[in-house]
Amino acid sequence: MGRFIAKRLVGMVGVLFAISVIVFLIFNVIPNSDPAARIAGKNADAELIARVNDDLGLNDPLPVQYVTLMKEIFTGQLTSYSSDLNVDEQIREGIPATMSLCIGAAIIWMAFAIVFGYLSAVRAGGKLDTMLTVLALIGISLPVFWLAAILLYYLSFRVQLFPTGGYVPLTEDPAQWAYHLLLPWITLAVLFIGFYSRLLRSSMLDVMNEDYVRTARAKGLSERQVRTRHVLRNSLIPIVTLFGLDFGAVVGGGAILTETVFNINGVGLYAGEAIGSLDLPPLMAVTMFGAFFIVLFNTIVDILYAYLDPRIRLGSSAV
Amino acid sequence: MPGGEVPLHLDLSGSAVGLEGVEGRSPWYLAYLRLRRNKVALAFGGLFIAIVLFCLAGPLWATHVAGTDPNTNHITDTIEIGGEETDVVAPNGTPLGPGLHAKYLLGADQNGRDVMVRLMYGGRTSIYIGVVAALVTTFFAVLVALLAGFYRGWTDSALSRFMDVIWAFPVLLLGIALGTALAVGGLKLGPIVIAGDSLWIPILIIGFVYVPYMARPLRGEILALREKEFIEAATAQGKGSWRIMFTELMPNITSTIIVFFTLNIANNMLLESALSFLGAGVQPPNASWGTMIADGYQTIYTAPHLTIVPGLMIVLTVLSLNVFGDGLRDALDPRAKIRLES
Amino acid sequence: MSPRATASGPLLSVKDLEVGFATEDGLLKAVDGVSFELARGEVLGIVGESGCGKSVTAQTVMGLTRSSNARISGSVEFNGADLIEASDDDLRKVRGESIAMIFQDPMTSLNPVYKVGKQIAEQILAHRDVSDKEARDRAIELLRDVGIPHPERRIDDYPYEYSGGMRQRAMVAMALSLEPEVLIADEPTTALDVTIQAQILTLIEQLNRDRDLAVVLITHDLGVVAEVADRVQVMYAGQVVERGTLDEIFYDPQHPYTWGLLGSLTRLDRPRPKRLPQIAGQPPSLLSPPGGCRFRPRCPHAFEQCAELPSLEGRLGKRSEHADRCWLQPKEKESRRSVDGRIGLGAPAA
Ligand SMILES: Nc1ncnc2c1ncn2[C@@H]1O[C@H](COP(=O)(O)OP(=O)(O)OP(=O)(O)O)[C@@H](O)[C@H]1O
Ligand SMILES: [Mg+2]
Repeated sequence: MGRFIAKRLVGMVGVLFAISVIVFLIFNVIPNSDPAARIAGKNADAELIARVNDDLGLNDPLPVQYVTLMKEIFTGQLTSYSSDLNVDEQIREGIPATMSLCIGAAIIWMAFAIVFGYLSAVRAGGKLDTMLTVLALIGISLPVFWLAAILLYYLSFRVQLFPTGGYVPLTEDPAQWAYHLLLPWITLAVLFIGFYSRLLRSSMLDVMNEDYVRTARAKGLSERQVRTRHVLRNSLIPIVTLFGLDFGAVVGGGAILTETVFNINGVGLYAGEAIGSLDLPPLMAVTMFGAFFIVLFNTIVDILYAYLDPRIRLGSSAV
Repeated sequence: MPGGEVPLHLDLSGSAVGLEGVEGRSPWYLAYLRLRRNKVALAFGGLFIAIVLFCLAGPLWATHVAGTDPNTNHITDTIEIGGEETDVVAPNGTPLGPGLHAKYLLGADQNGRDVMVRLMYGGRTSIYIGVVAALVTTFFAVLVALLAGFYRGWTDSALSRFMDVIWAFPVLLLGIALGTALAVGGLKLGPIVIAGDSLWIPILIIGFVYVPYMARPLRGEILALREKEFIEAATAQGKGSWRIMFTELMPNITSTIIVFFTLNIANNMLLESALSFLGAGVQPPNASWGTMIADGYQTIYTAPHLTIVPGLMIVLTVLSLNVFGDGLRDALDPRAKIRLES
Repeated sequence: MSPRATASGPLLSVKDLEVGFATEDGLLKAVDGVSFELARGEVLGIVGESGCGKSVTAQTVMGLTRSSNARISGSVEFNGADLIEASDDDLRKVRGESIAMIFQDPMTSLNPVYKVGKQIAEQILAHRDVSDKEARDRAIELLRDVGIPHPERRIDDYPYEYSGGMRQRAMVAMALSLEPEVLIADEPTTALDVTIQAQILTLIEQLNRDRDLAVVLITHDLGVVAEVADRVQVMYAGQVVERGTLDEIFYDPQHPYTWGLLGSLTRLDRPRPKRLPQIAGQPPSLLSPPGGCRFRPRCPHAFEQCAELPSLEGRLGKRSEHADRCWLQPKEKESRRSVDGRIGLGAPAA
């Protein structure tokens, strides 16, 4: 098991390195992202641009630029081209809001998905199943930002049930924190509830046909025990795997739309602003931040998966 | 009966058809029968076709009913409603809302443009991007899956690692960053020149991003097929690698590809709308449903129809594809072996 | 033991059992009027080709085929109580406790994510008010009884750490955990290799002898039946075509299908025939079975009367249970079934 984890961690570093190089190259290959021209302003002459280039080290060879950039990211000295603000600090400030949003949404989405998927599978073919299926399919067909906008318009503007956005830190006022986040949580969760409940349903229907479920019934377990201990337990394996990946993706940038519409000043909103001004350092850092979470959760999932499915454990420790 | 004594009947023709359709009715025909029985899926498939036709009819509506093209401003125009002259855009900037009038059936936007006409034209862009990007994704995913699954070994390792890297990219962030950067001045890579406002930019970004999501499960299927006898038989007959890949392996994953393709169009349309909403997708003068929402959202409190209407169109289109794709999957594989995920 | 021990009459009695499944191609009649009785301590063999409804029969006895698309009629009486009409709750009390079942594929019959011991203990805990520790100790004891070495260690293994034969032993241990009166073994040896097959059969035989356990042994191999069964019932396309004692079936088989099964059997006490005869053709579709005798399309001895379905009845004028579904005269059968000096289906009358 230890070797397995170590191997995964090395792989993780490799993927992160590859991603950082690719992002760096993308923004250097695309000529119009030339930052010096933008920083120097519209009417800048060649001399000014040259000086800016020099200041930012943009005349150095690419590998040198890359190393400098990465060094700055990891030492927390990276500053934005456009605003002179420290990038790492900005990201750190955004983390509580982003995490509040993502963790809350994740709890909602898993809870509802498991309940809906379970009911759907147990009543497969019935009215309830049809209804939940329709709801789930609508859920996965909604553009997140549009749902956010519509909820804001009707529930916050017309009915004035909820605040029109913004974020209150948990440490400041827990009630307001939850109140402000309720709509964003729901918005972010809807898509995943639809997707996961469908997935759990089909996974459970598959597992129900397994021989060991028949064995469980033949043992004289109650239908509820059969369904929870044997069917649900085994059906959750692929769901948990996917959850890890999706949670990583949501933290690592997937919440950007929700943060934008609800004006939650998390990492996503910061990224959105940096992109708007094609500001390489924050973009680099945020992408790395996102990729880090995705890869981290990928790794956690692999390890968790080995725990959930003992067959994997044997296979992997042998590797 | 002792099992070992049963005479083994070996079919060396090795064709995939021989494995499946012994009973005379081909699996495709059975799938067709099943799909025909699934009225809900058919209804939504019909809805998708209706939406496509609706969008294709844009020019007709524009010239014969609305009398304006999608991009002309009419800020100072007036139209007659119930015998009354009404401003298309009121002096306070509020545009005309939807109502039963041939012109501006769905109201106007802040620039006095006819929302109905823009909706039809915008839909063409959105659906076009969705479909073409799905073709791009499918092409690369199938290629990767075939190569990785057929050659295995280091080819598989290399391709899989590459897929891991794309998979680990924050998709939305990357899409937005690329979209924004490219929108400014287009892409010039050697002989390939793409203008900044070309639809190919969102198409390529979207098409590329979803490749691993499709390639992974397909690769799994190929790896499983690779173990089957008919591939061995084909190899023994001296068939070439490419021939085996495309004439033996590919036909066996066609049903999966069809389902993925359908559902992929739906996902692409959602991603396109998100990118466009953030200004990183479709660029003016082109309009898509996503850009329409982005424009409309600025004035959601005074003119909510500008946000609601294009959004509803996206939901309907994506929903129709999702329901139809779901039905297709059930029809092609009643035990629903096809997984959205690997 | 329970007060039932005094009851006379059969332990398990199945009458006119019919099981159909609504499929997308129509109603599939998997079991069509099957009846049998099982006495205490008896071993009943059910034999037949793949797909003839053996498993469905066995599973229906325990109510395992209940589902929205299943159409079940007839009766299954266990100690006088009907199991077809029984509530889910009553049925649950019988499962595992009075009737236990083991399945064909030990590789897939255990849940891969739980330890073997836990899966055995689970059954005990579902029926008995005992502590986890007691259940666990009992599981260890059971594993020892079925011949798992070092049971106190192996109990914490996952199923994938067991070999196929060990898994089937674990299944048997689980089945025995509540000392049931009936064990239904559905092709318990099919998925195992020959030496392990023999071991599992010996184990079942032993349990039958030592614990007076009644066994329904399902197989498609008459050779397996020959080793352990007291009585045999031959099934074809959802129906019983012949039933009798082991000797009756082996030395005086009445139905051509039984001849065919016997003919394809390799017998160690006879010289091996040059070519092992197989029954030509395929069993009929259960969606639309042929009218008349179901075996007619494959039977070289068929004649006009076979267009009418023969009932399952004693045709030998003896006072035995030996019954079959064949219109041929007993005398004629005797001459027709002998092929090359042994029993066989014979060549089609050219
Ligand atoms: N739940 C079900 N739904 C539909 N058809 C079924 C179902 N269960 C069994 N069948 C069908 O019923 C028929 C009898 O199956 P059964 O499993 O009893 O055969 P069997 O005699 O046990 O064969 P084998 O030796 O292969 O185990 C088969 O044609 C099978 O396809
Ligand atoms: Mg069976």
